[in-house]
Amino acid sequence: MANQIQYIYSEAHLRNSEATKYREKDLKTGEMIINIGPQHPSTHGVLRLEVVTDGEMIVDVVPHLGYLHRCFEKHTESLAYNQIIPYVDRMDYLAAMNSEHAYAMGVERMLGIEKEIPKRVEYIRVLVAELNRLASHFVAIGTYGMDIGAMTSFFWMMRDREHILRLLEWVCGARMLYNYIWVGGLYYDLPIGFEERCREFINYLEPKVREMDKLLIENKIFVERTANVGVLPLDVAINYGITGPILRGSGLKFDLRKVDGYSVYPEIDFDVPVGKGEMGTKGDCWDRTYVRMQECYQSIRIVSQCLDQLQGDHKRTRDFDPKAMVPKKIRPKAQDLYVRAENPKGELGYYFRADGRSDQPFRCKVRAPSFVNLSVISEIAKGGLIADLIAIIGSIDLVLGEVDR
Amino acid sequence: MSIEEIKELINNHLPEMVREVIQNTTPTTLIVDPSRIVELCAFLRTNKSLYFDSLSCLTALDNGPESGTMEVVYTLYSIPYDYKLNIRCEIDRNLPQIPSVANVWRTADWHEREAFDLFGINFLNHPDLRRILLPTDWEGFPLLKDYSQQEKYHGITVKY
Amino acid sequence: MGGYLDQKFGAGGVIITQIDELLNWARLSSLWPMGFGIACCAIEFMGSVSAAYDLDRMGLIPRASPRQSDVMIVAGTVTFKMADRVRRLYEQMAEPRYVISMGSCSNCGGPYWEHGYHVVKGVDRIIPVDVYVPGCPPRPEALIGGIIKLQEKIRGESRLSESLLEKLLEKKKAKA
Repeated sequence: MANQIQYIYSEAHLRNSEATKYREKDLKTGEMIINIGPQHPSTHGVLRLEVVTDGEMIVDVVPHLGYLHRCFEKHTESLAYNQIIPYVDRMDYLAAMNSEHAYAMGVERMLGIEKEIPKRVEYIRVLVAELNRLASHFVAIGTYGMDIGAMTSFFWMMRDREHILRLLEWVCGARMLYNYIWVGGLYYDLPIGFEERCREFINYLEPKVREMDKLLIENKIFVERTANVGVLPLDVAINYGITGPILRGSGLKFDLRKVDGYSVYPEIDFDVPVGKGEMGTKGDCWDRTYVRMQECYQSIRIVSQCLDQLQGDHKRTRDFDPKAMVPKKIRPKAQDLYVRAENPKGELGYYFRADGRSDQPFRCKVRAPSFVNLSVISEIAKGGLIADLIAIIGSIDLVLGEVDR
Repeated sequence: MSIEEIKELINNHLPEMVREVIQNTTPTTLIVDPSRIVELCAFLRTNKSLYFDSLSCLTALDNGPESGTMEVVYTLYSIPYDYKLNIRCEIDRNLPQIPSVANVWRTADWHEREAFDLFGINFLNHPDLRRILLPTDWEGFPLLKDYSQQEKYHGITVKY
Repeated sequence: MGGYLDQKFGAGGVIITQIDELLNWARLSSLWPMGFGIACCAIEFMGSVSAAYDLDRMGLIPRASPRQSDVMIVAGTVTFKMADRVRRLYEQMAEPRYVISMGSCSNCGGPYWEHGYHVVKGVDRIIPVDVYVPGCPPRPEALIGGIIKLQEKIRGESRLSESLLEKLLEKKKAKA
């Protein structure tokens, strides 16, 4: 049953719905406004940039958002806590398991059952979250190579990502948007034979990541394009609220998995890579990509330790039920709660207000890392060229679903 | 440092700033008068023993038309000392306005634009207060409790 | 298997067919999509283009500009702010042009149909759609199925008949 076309065309509509910030009278004589519009092959989604340039040099960049605003916060006011999980997936669609993990952790903290979740469930959550972190970093690095001009990185990364998606499909039935981590447990247990297959995959993956490292990160052309470009000093980064690989690329060793120590991360051994300015200045685009690449190695270490635990101390037993602690009615007491977790893009935070009377949140605000990370672009792109602007956007690693929610 | 010590320190430097402390939230909340929020935030950011250098989240809440108030909650975090703090301000629902803290933390710029867009709260002395997520010719502020969707937008029916 | 022309290739050097069929076969074997990824479905589209579910073997090469593309695959949620731009891009494509609506959000508003104030409930309120592919997000195999359905639709078209009929009627009128 198809709809009829209802749209009415008018010249004024485009101008009224999102006008540019600069008008002609604000510009100097040699300047011009270039619109890098919502449909563009390398803006990582529907982001509109209004660039004021003096020849090829950039004077100001004004991002325009909201082309993917899907009203997540209004949905949370009319749905129960466990019904919100599919919508949480769709915000950062490249790292859905991490978003669900943070949300489930927050609601469990509000209910007070955080310490009673079985250890096997926690290890499985960390396992799928780290696999998803690998998948997200692969897309970031692969498409970044494609923006710079290297097609090979994209195809190699998508090939490895397919393996991860097939593993996750075996676990919970969906390739990309899972609805797997529930409040109080998981939807299913891991299938029989998963641990062996996953270990084979990790053994296959490590040399491939090393190959990608040598091909792209140490490549002379890549270094020329990204070193000394988009330098972000540390005090500016903290004032703008930047978190995640971008903050670590500017030199601060700050990872919420170590600082907060949530879930079973205190029992797992891994390092936190930091940018040191090896190829250029500390805090440039090369440092950020280098940090992401090193985090891939660390995620592989974490996955292999989780598999050791899942095949050893917390082996599957016949009577294990992942839904044992899932509450029938989620009705937390009246309180405010701010929970935060380390997404591949940065610090993902949820601010809940429960009013103690219903099983729907009174307010659930999402502190999206990509939204905050994008705000720094007008600072670091000034004085560069337009080609540098494309390199900077790629290194910030945006997901528009999260920026606009 | 516990919440009592933080409250002492604030009250020593800025008299009668903190109205109340609420313990059942995570992290603990201080309730503050909205007109003095910029003073408090500048103090919290520059004081050597507190040093709250990062604003994690700025949340705006609507308590509904019957109660007649809206709230703005600032979630602060100190990276060197690992302290967390919430600051809550209550403002009037019929004329919502509060001074902007964009000069203290540059990240508040976009957070406040989003609160203006979805709730209609006017942030005084903000460098550039425009709508950020919705189109400029959208009618209404969607996250208010008594919001009703408009009939049509550019000819397309809004409801299903 | 395939159409009449696909079977005739490899069976001798001479093929006799109608102009309509030849043109349709040429057009459906090289549909160039405009890369118009909006949200999550765009990632599945990128996955279908890459090595595991190769779309290049069906002739699809993603083009950046609407002026150079035949088919627009609307992948993702269309919002009211984006609606004007979708219409503008559709108008910029040259005829013959087709639209595939990929995913539940562009078919009918998707999971956001009830409380989504900023979501257009189906992209067919803005532009005419030829094929709808369901799923959230649709698997790459489902997208390939949708493209094959579009190819079947193109195979049955006849673009020359209108202009040729007009010429025939004019000739008859001139004679009479």
